[in-house]
Amino acid sequence: MKTPFRTAVLAIVSKDLRAEIRSRELLSVMAIFAFLCILVFSFALELDRVAREEAISGVLWVTLVFASLLGFNRSLAQEGDQGNLDAMLLAPVSRPAIFLGKLLSNYLFTLIVALVILPLMTVIYNSNLLRGWLIVTTVVGVFGFSSIGTLLAMMTLHTRSREAMLPIAMLPVALPLLLTAVRASTNLLNDSPTREWLVWLQLLAAVTVIYLALCWLLSGFVLEE
Amino acid sequence: MDEKTPIIEVENLSKTFGLLPVLRSVNFGVARGETIVLLGQNGGGKSTLLRLLAGLSKPTAGLIRIGGWQMPKEAMEVRRQIGLVSHQSLLYGNLSARENLDFFGKLYGMAKDERAERIRVILDQVGLAKRADSLARDFSRGMQQRLSIARALLHQPEILLLDEPFTGLDQSAAERLEGLVMSAQREERTLIMTTHQLGRAPTLAGRALILSRGQIAFDGNIARMSAASLGELYAGLCGGATVA
Repeated sequence: MKTPFRTAVLAIVSKDLRAEIRSRELLSVMAIFAFLCILVFSFALELDRVAREEAISGVLWVTLVFASLLGFNRSLAQEGDQGNLDAMLLAPVSRPAIFLGKLLSNYLFTLIVALVILPLMTVIYNSNLLRGWLIVTTVVGVFGFSSIGTLLAMMTLHTRSREAMLPIAMLPVALPLLLTAVRASTNLLNDSPTREWLVWLQLLAAVTVIYLALCWLLSGFVLEE
Repeated sequence: MDEKTPIIEVENLSKTFGLLPVLRSVNFGVARGETIVLLGQNGGGKSTLLRLLAGLSKPTAGLIRIGGWQMPKEAMEVRRQIGLVSHQSLLYGNLSARENLDFFGKLYGMAKDERAERIRVILDQVGLAKRADSLARDFSRGMQQRLSIARALLHQPEILLLDEPFTGLDQSAAERLEGLVMSAQREERTLIMTTHQLGRAPTLAGRALILSRGQIAFDGNIARMSAASLGELYAGLCGGATVA
């Protein structure tokens, strides 16, 4: 008899939250990296004000993607280092429940970082990023990245150089997400007409749903040997 | 199920990693409540066999039945019956002993009150009741191993698989662990244990399986065997032995 799906997912999320509150291993690394990334881009683009304004959404998403990669790697390493993933796989829990539990934890941590860097970029780049629809775009996009990142981090967990393997595996796969997220954000920041950014936001949502469905279906195969 | 029907049946089991055969046509059965030690050289397939029995790995060929259920196809039906102590701790260092057990209790679908009571009992049994709220990463190797056993026994499995549980333990930690293994035997659990400590094997189990080159080279009673004669047998089958 299987453990109820919801019980397993909540157990994994609450375990990850508890461990993170205690160690702050993930959030601190992700936040510091994101902060440094924003600063480096800011200095690099300082001389060209126009280029700087046009690059804001690119900087936002590149920062988020790389910070999330660090987080996904670390989050899954915590499961792999002492064989904890095996302990979860031994339990009568469906594989998609393990995937969803890890996905929700990773999503929560990445979202916290995203919600910290939006006001930070507002100050550093002197451009208002705290707009309702931009926050919605971030919330949706981060979910898409978290889905694909969690699955690929599970796949690369036992590879020899997993820190290098995850970006190599994830970046090409995540391109449709990155493209639609940057387009939607750029149009929002340029105050373009609604139809111009909405179509990209809808596309981002569609790609996110497709990726989530694919990751869900593949999680069973990935988690089994 | 009939008492005499083996709780574990392994037929023509083979496992290959790439082109490398690790297990070749392995056959054996384990009766309910029996304890078996699995001996063999490093890389001989002992851990692979335990992972296959635990449903963590898929056989290349052959059949494993546990309690009549076929693994890994029907693994979900038998997961509650299996506890595994690996040579890794399978514990979260950033969680306390109690939090670790609580998490795994939730994964096994135990209700809150049942979980709390069972955690209290099992921590007491493994002698960690006073350290229940200490972080697992602060535990010594021996204490981590005891906590691993507590995790494996939390859901009261019928079958306990132990992969080199004595590795890295000092004499007193090893004796304490031996006591825990014997108490699991008294509770009539079925135990399969891998070890390199041939001297300890006849004390712990009545039967030994010796794996050599991925095949069972010996399957028999060792209860009346001295450590030295088991060492000789082992050396004859695997080549070179240390009687620890």
